[in-house]
Amino acid sequence: MSSLKSKIFDSKHYTVIELRLTDFFITLGGLWSFTVTFFKNFLFPPYEFGEIKKHMDELGVKTLPIVSVTGFIIGFVLAMQSQPVMARFGAESFLPSMVALSVTRELGPVITALIFAGRVSSGIGAELGSMRVTEQIDAMEVSAINPFKFLVVTRVLACTFILPMLAVYVDFIAILGGYVAVALLLNMNFQLYVNSLLPSLLFSDVLPGIVKTFFFGFIVGIVGAYKGYTADNGTVGVGKASTSSVVLSSLLILVLDMVLVKITIIFWPI
Amino acid sequence: MTVKIKNLSKAFEDHVVLDDISLNIKDGENFVVFGRSGTGKSVLLKCIVGLLVPDAGEVFIDDKDILKMSEKELNKIRKHIGFVFQGSALYDSMTVKENLEFPLIRNFDFLEKEREHKIKTVLEKVDLLDAINKMPAELSGGMKKRIGLARTIITEPQLILYDEPTTGLDPITTKEISRLIVDLQEDLNVTAIVVTHDLICAHIIANHAVVLKDGKIRYEGELSKLTSTNDEFLIDFFDREFFEDKKGSK
Repeated sequence: MSSLKSKIFDSKHYTVIELRLTDFFITLGGLWSFTVTFFKNFLFPPYEFGEIKKHMDELGVKTLPIVSVTGFIIGFVLAMQSQPVMARFGAESFLPSMVALSVTRELGPVITALIFAGRVSSGIGAELGSMRVTEQIDAMEVSAINPFKFLVVTRVLACTFILPMLAVYVDFIAILGGYVAVALLLNMNFQLYVNSLLPSLLFSDVLPGIVKTFFFGFIVGIVGAYKGYTADNGTVGVGKASTSSVVLSSLLILVLDMVLVKITIIFWPI
Repeated sequence: MTVKIKNLSKAFEDHVVLDDISLNIKDGENFVVFGRSGTGKSVLLKCIVGLLVPDAGEVFIDDKDILKMSEKELNKIRKHIGFVFQGSALYDSMTVKENLEFPLIRNFDFLEKEREHKIKTVLEKVDLLDAINKMPAELSGGMKKRIGLARTIITEPQLILYDEPTTGLDPITTKEISRLIVDLQEDLNVTAIVVTHDLICAHIIANHAVVLKDGKIRYEGELSKLTSTNDEFLIDFFDREFFEDKKGSK
């Protein structure tokens, strides 16, 4: 990949924007072929169930505190900010429904995915990057062990399956945060809060949000693994892999969310 | 295991690292590869084991061309090859025991008792039984090298590739590791290819030596016969004292 970059960059004088754009598309091309390699390895045995479970445990538990705090704050702030506006239209009684719908349809999955990207994608990038530059991946390969299957496939699958669980958890916590705000503002009790939000919260509101997070989890895993697995240039390369994996995975999550919003509306109309 | 390299060439972009190299390494031989930094010694080892694909040439291990093999066939051969990396390449997230156990669990069907026995035996061999439960980060450079060597020999390979096994070590540890390499060759008739620029190490282990310069072979033959050369590069590379000592001792 680096030789391709240098061939392109050496061949002509480019402006900074052209260089950045070329670099970005080369990265996307590399990520695409890395994803194809992932599916080739994922489809055939042996399957590393033990490793997948281990990574799910690690990634889930490590991310739990930060997503709990963030989820609570999202629900709380959303209710606090929306209450005066809704009061203006005489719609304060819809506040619990508004919080629940906003959180389950959009905010919960996307914010959880972005936090997960910051916490996990950078970790995977740094871990695999450091394994690459210290020749641990080479050591695995010469021991007749498939490092892609052992290191990449397991981490990507763990991310894909743990993020939906975290998103469901964050939805609950955010709704709870919304309740605390509503209780402070409107003096509403918990039973009334739940009774007002439940009728408006349909299966078709919750499901698209959860389905989206499988894709977001896959993006977090594959981008972190790609950046780490292809890292070079020593410790500088490891740092770059870690940072760029957060940037790229966050960007791809937001772009994909834009696409998925339209698709989910087609399948589950509001 | 025998290794035959025919007209091997490898370049990174415009920089030619190996240029038409041919070598013939016999079964049970301790073959030392010398050369200045950046002359392609490590690249040569990585081409032999299939970690790098050469631009041209052939690599035969036991008369089988590894470049024409499928990944499955290559992995079958790799189970009989050990590689000692320059930086040891111990898995950071695993203890010493897990590092040693890893290739055994993945590639062989040993019972837990047999694995434990093998781990104990190799750790005794490298004199580091006390470090069994330590993490790599808790080990010194010399200890890491010895654990790296233990991880390599635990699978009882028939060919071991050493990438600068004694670099950065004190003379005593260098001698210990070099003797360990000789012991392995004598006990198990292992073929060894050792990349080094450490003369102490080479003196102890080498049956045969090759010197690389600018990607080409500058000298090939017995290490002891190097002293009869008039090649200024070789005299400079090995330090004049080495040549004078050798000539004096003759």
